[in-house]
Amino acid sequence: MKAPDFDYARPSSLQEALALLAAGEGGAQPLAGGQSLMPMLNFRISTPEMLVDLSGLPELRGLEQTPQGLRIGAMTRYCELEAFPDLAKIQPLVAAALPHIAHDAIRNRGTIGGSVALADPAAEMPAILLALGAVISLDGPNGPRDVAADDYFLGYYETACEPDELITSILLPKIEPGDSFGFHELVQRHGDYAMAGVAIRSSGIAPLAGLRIGFFGVADRALRVTALEDALNGTDGTDIAGALSHLSEIDFQGDTKITAETRAHYAGVALKRALKEMLT
Amino acid sequence: MSKTANITLKINGEDITATVPVRLNLVDFLRHDVGLTGSHVGCEHGVCGACTVEVNGDAVRGCLMLAVQADGTEVTTVEGLSDSGRSAALIRSFTARNALQCGFCTPGMLASALSYIDAGGAADKAAIREHISGNYCRCTGYQSIVEAICDVITENATTEEAGA
Repeated sequence: MKAPDFDYARPSSLQEALALLAAGEGGAQPLAGGQSLMPMLNFRISTPEMLVDLSGLPELRGLEQTPQGLRIGAMTRYCELEAFPDLAKIQPLVAAALPHIAHDAIRNRGTIGGSVALADPAAEMPAILLALGAVISLDGPNGPRDVAADDYFLGYYETACEPDELITSILLPKIEPGDSFGFHELVQRHGDYAMAGVAIRSSGIAPLAGLRIGFFGVADRALRVTALEDALNGTDGTDIAGALSHLSEIDFQGDTKITAETRAHYAGVALKRALKEMLT
Repeated sequence: MSKTANITLKINGEDITATVPVRLNLVDFLRHDVGLTGSHVGCEHGVCGACTVEVNGDAVRGCLMLAVQADGTEVTTVEGLSDSGRSAALIRSFTARNALQCGFCTPGMLASALSYIDAGGAADKAAIREHISGNYCRCTGYQSIVEAICDVITENATTEEAGA
């Protein structure tokens, strides 16, 4: 179908954009790369009164390495992140995951901030932020604030970002020597949303330590299961049957493609495969 | 803030100024307002890839971008790729390999194939399959398309070697 009728504004400063969102009283929808919003408009799942196009805001640009880590301006496109020099050394997990995120033509427009703002439960980026312990910087009428990824993803397309706030940037903390990473997703077609997937960070591999495992495509949001992480910490990661029992904490969702039971099984498979790849 | 907008952009090298409803997507603008019907409209939600065009040199989905967002950009459609000769080798190869039947996916396939070739993609069939995974073809079974793209890369390599 075609998108519904709406007003459109392209502000040239963050302040102006925030004022438009505040004036819209929830009817104004920020437009980043549009690679998820446009389908939702075309399906008329989303019917905003106004789109606030963020492409003209210099405050949301920039991709830079800081002493704390890689700071990603919210409007950074996936293709720009992919092209960042030495990404595989600086953020190996992100470099490994990026080719799995949709397709080339989508990554040429889709933004990191847009994906994190939408928080699709099957998207890769939210789980990656959980695994890396990222920090999401927001700005709004009450001023800027930082939210840890662990406190950010709340439910189906629901996040800690208020309707009158915008994500300005995302900080991926610097990796430490000895850090290991794993990524695996099960999809029907390369580039599709995952039927289940995991993004893993561990501060060591023999034994596993300080694990952070972000699951995606499993429930209402990207999430961690700390009991499962605790069960794996201190082990060599080869016998994970006991740890997998903690997957029962996840409220697996079924859909038109697969049942909740199959999804639960796939989550275990994705974890096993990602760990195996990490440990060999 | 408005329900229409004035946009100025370059399409296939030609300067175009138009007033568009802000809800109009880029591929509908190209087809209905500009008359460039080479780009096809399939799923309208970014899955089939038939509407793939170049914006500022990047392959993008024409259905996932508003015409108003293309203000100030340079857009190249399958007509532009053909007129400039950039897709000439691919067109020859697609014909030789029977890499199209109904032709609906072909404009998008050519744009995606070209982005792979221009980025220095290897003559590796698995990698080509992965790259065009965002473009649906319901006729060919993909085999002939993958071979057509692979042939062009191999030919280019041979030509470069001969030139060097």
